[in-house]
Amino acid sequence: MNDETVIRVEDLAVSFGPRTIFKDVSFEVKRGEVFVILGGSGCGKSTLLKALIGIVPIAAGRAEILGVDLAEADAEGQLELLKRIGVMWQSGALFGNMTLSENVELPLEEHTDLPRPAREALARAKLGLVGLGDAAGLLPAEISGGMAKRAGIARAMALDPPLLILDEPSAGLDPITSAGLDKLILDIARSTGTTFVVVTHELQSILAIGDRCIMLDKEAQGMIAMGKPRDLRDTGTHPTVRAFFRREAA
Amino acid sequence: MTEAALTLRAAPQGKTLLLSGRLDAAGAAALWPAMTRALAEKPSAIDLSAVEIMDSAGAVLVLRAGDDVPVQGGSPDVIAVLERNRAALAAAPVPVAPPREFTPITRFGGMVFGGIQAALSGIAFVGEALVAAFRVLFRPRLFRGAEFLRHLDEIGLRAFPLTLLLGFLIGLILAYQSSIPLKRFGAEIFVPNLVGISLLRELGPLLAGVVLAGRTGSAFAAELGTMTVNEEVNALRIMGIDPMVMLVLPRILAAILVMPALTLLMNLAGLAGMTVVMETLGFPWSAVSNQLQQWLKLGDLMGGLFKSACFGLVIGAIGCRAGLSAGFGPRAVGDAATAAVVGGIVAIVAMDGVFAILFFRLGI
Repeated sequence: MNDETVIRVEDLAVSFGPRTIFKDVSFEVKRGEVFVILGGSGCGKSTLLKALIGIVPIAAGRAEILGVDLAEADAEGQLELLKRIGVMWQSGALFGNMTLSENVELPLEEHTDLPRPAREALARAKLGLVGLGDAAGLLPAEISGGMAKRAGIARAMALDPPLLILDEPSAGLDPITSAGLDKLILDIARSTGTTFVVVTHELQSILAIGDRCIMLDKEAQGMIAMGKPRDLRDTGTHPTVRAFFRREAA
Repeated sequence: MTEAALTLRAAPQGKTLLLSGRLDAAGAAALWPAMTRALAEKPSAIDLSAVEIMDSAGAVLVLRAGDDVPVQGGSPDVIAVLERNRAALAAAPVPVAPPREFTPITRFGGMVFGGIQAALSGIAFVGEALVAAFRVLFRPRLFRGAEFLRHLDEIGLRAFPLTLLLGFLIGLILAYQSSIPLKRFGAEIFVPNLVGISLLRELGPLLAGVVLAGRTGSAFAAELGTMTVNEEVNALRIMGIDPMVMLVLPRILAAILVMPALTLLMNLAGLAGMTVVMETLGFPWSAVSNQLQQWLKLGDLMGGLFKSACFGLVIGAIGCRAGLSAGFGPRAVGDAATAAVVGGIVAIVAMDGVFAILFFRLGI
């Protein structure tokens, strides 16, 4: 981890019509950090993530990723930035008519001039890195939920992006698979220096992988805490933060 | 940062492959052909000391040489990337494609076997539907009346405008086309006979069937296919609710009842289209009406309506079966809808052939 800022968010707000999802959200993510966005269901975690990568329009404020403001960048600038961001979607979002290897090869085919053998070898390397080396020829329908999430990470890593964004990587997984995924995220972050932004509400994962985190709250319509997960757990004063980390009803 | 480059340098212990510059995806892509040629020269070592940056693509380029060619030099970062990818590739063996047999005999055998299986499963489906229908007959409260009415509205009322338009245009086209040869014999007055009999006996039921298969069979398959993929059908079974009773029967019954109405509309619209053409050819409505009354029999109309009800049964059953037997994955629903439309159209045309022979034998 170093002091280089990968993501800078200032007073960000997102609304759907008259309904404000969140407002006044500000934070910074440093290079090599595993940064967690946490909060209860419906607080806007995934919406914040989508606002960061330009899928959901921003109502106010600004979000700068790798030095580029997506809202202000032209089409070419946006594409260049998106090539440097890998996203793993909540469901994996693997293309069902392609094998895992072909899923990983797709961004390589689209954005590089690498010949087919190189793309195939790279896809194998990425799948090997996430522990799916022997599943390259399988279709998404033939693998488990945990494997689909790992394949989603492999695809997100295809272009060696400096920033990986993961939406609910542990959701719906058993504790062992979830712990394995947490270890994978930490291994990749520590060995490659990749910055991770992880959206989750799985307490165990937050404590296992998070260097720093912010917490969103539905009632407050915004951010109610920022810091190291263990510090928030041990010394958090906001009632919702305390309830979240102690698994109590708010 | 300098561009990626590759040099083959002669050294006392053999040729050394010197890589330099930025070995990222672009660099690896640019050097791939040169690397192929250089590896053919059997270098004794690869020197990475001039490599400034390396990503996974660059590592894959270097690792093409295999474990037999030792790597020299390289910053700790470059070596770390290389070793991480070496380990990842070691954990991912090259997949071996299963042998494929595509001889004509095995393909033909597969097609026959698949056809027999599909026919058997179709018969089983009809059997299940019949059993469900008998259950509903003895316990009428099982029947979903609201669901049935919804389907009547969706596949019936909402299909009326399309049916009217198609029928009118078909009548118009048939009348124009048949008037051309008949005109040569001064027999244009027989156009209503030709168009009327064609519509009532064959084209009306058949075209209404095509409309039902394209519009409703596919909708049945897509709706039930989505429910199958989302495991809603399994949820019904686990709750002790027979999907045949809840999902299939209302749809099939609605299709059976709607088809004669659609056919009747198709016939009327077709005759209206034909009348318009006859008017333009100088034949008044009274002459057309006289011809129709003289030549068309009630049996022509009733035979067509009976056929159309049978078509409704088949199209509804094929659509529902395609949906309930949908597989998994994103293509499942699309495949089910396609199977419903193709299966429905082929089935009604085949049935029409059977009815043609039957009616001929019975003198209808």
